[in-house]
Amino acid sequence: MPTPGGTDQESTTQGPTDPAARSRRASPSRLPADATVDLAAERRASGIDEILDTLDRELVGLAPVKTRIRELAALLLVDRVRQGFQLSASRPSLHMSFTGSPGTGKTTVALRMAELLHRLGCIDRGHLVAVTRDDLVGQYVGHTAPKTKEVIKRAMGGVLFIDEAYYLYRAENERDYGQEAIEILLQVMESHRDSLVVIFAGYKDRMESFFSSNPGLSSRIAHHLDFSDYDLDELMAIAALMLEREHYRFSEPAERTFRDYLQRRMRQPRFANARSVRNALERARLRQANRLLAATGRTWSRDDLMRFEPEDFLASRVFADEST
Amino acid sequence: MRITQGTFSYLPDLTDDEIAMQVQYALDHGWALSVEFTDDPHPRNHYWHMWGLPMFDLHDAAGVVYEVNECRQAYPLYYIRVNAYDASPTRQTTALSFIVNRPPDEPGFRLERQEHVDRRLRYTLHPYAADRPAGDRYPPTMPER
Repeated sequence: MPTPGGTDQESTTQGPTDPAARSRRASPSRLPADATVDLAAERRASGIDEILDTLDRELVGLAPVKTRIRELAALLLVDRVRQGFQLSASRPSLHMSFTGSPGTGKTTVALRMAELLHRLGCIDRGHLVAVTRDDLVGQYVGHTAPKTKEVIKRAMGGVLFIDEAYYLYRAENERDYGQEAIEILLQVMESHRDSLVVIFAGYKDRMESFFSSNPGLSSRIAHHLDFSDYDLDELMAIAALMLEREHYRFSEPAERTFRDYLQRRMRQPRFANARSVRNALERARLRQANRLLAATGRTWSRDDLMRFEPEDFLASRVFADEST
Repeated sequence: MRITQGTFSYLPDLTDDEIAMQVQYALDHGWALSVEFTDDPHPRNHYWHMWGLPMFDLHDAAGVVYEVNECRQAYPLYYIRVNAYDASPTRQTTALSFIVNRPPDEPGFRLERQEHVDRRLRYTLHPYAADRPAGDRYPPTMPER
């Protein structure tokens, strides 16, 4: 059984050497029909709560996504208990599509999803193979099928994450090889349901037109999760989490400045939610380092090295645009 | 006569689950797996036909079992084996190799004697199956001879 705390990560990625994972995959011990089971105990034993809790703690917002993940986790847990009573049901289809604006956490959630499904014993390894059109579609006739199959084999036992999936289908070119990749994916999604979970991800509007031109694909995906944009408070919470991880912090005025910065940035084009926040903080680190080095003739404390000041953000182009 | 080449060949044929477990053992050691097939059972026939390229970066045995089954479908009457290559320094050789498919009827080998100078004899093995043309060596039911 995985132990709670920091060693978790290791025990889940080990997979095959983890005897608990293997026994979970195997059908649980047979129970007599009049037995009762303690679902709470089963739940504790599976260790899903830790993942759901880290999901809650480390991912800001995304309430509908979290709800769906909880529902899914509950279903899979109950399914496993049902198997003990020989109440077999077909394994639920787990293929998913994640739609949302850039930087809303699609890849991060996919990673967590792989870990979660592994804990629940749905997939054997729990690794994530992230691919784009380039990895699936070949360059000449007969190149696509082996290429796609190789990627699929690599992803077996884990999650295949297809980023910007709509590029697979190019409506303007009917001889595009992307169609072939989609057909192979469709076939494998049906025939190897037990060993592979496919997640399609992309921006909402383009994914919708992708699905409408491939109706067979859409109907094989049971879970369509939509990642909504973050509001200002959520973005600030994300920034706080990022800073904590990097051992930085805002000074009081800097926090107000950063809020102001985000407000301006959100109105500008190409705002990429959490990714923009991360980029802004990366640039602030540069400016902070510069500021510390430029001030000669004084010493800096530990706290000084951790703290962002308003001028670290005020030098940004976002503020410059406003003044001109 | 049942031919015995590679690991596990004195055991009963492995089931798909057992194959998957052996493959998983190889994957856990970081060995690259490949599938090969042939219809020439001679023990010194080392170079079998490759079924696709060797498979790298796999995490789960399902991918290899999938290829084995594809190969079985295409060549049900051939010998098929799974090789695991250990690329680590100082070893760099096949670490594990076992047969996963064999024809239903294996006619075996004939011992051939060759006269040499000074009445010396040289011995060699000749598979009966090799009397028939390649690709036609193991018909589903052996014809009356």
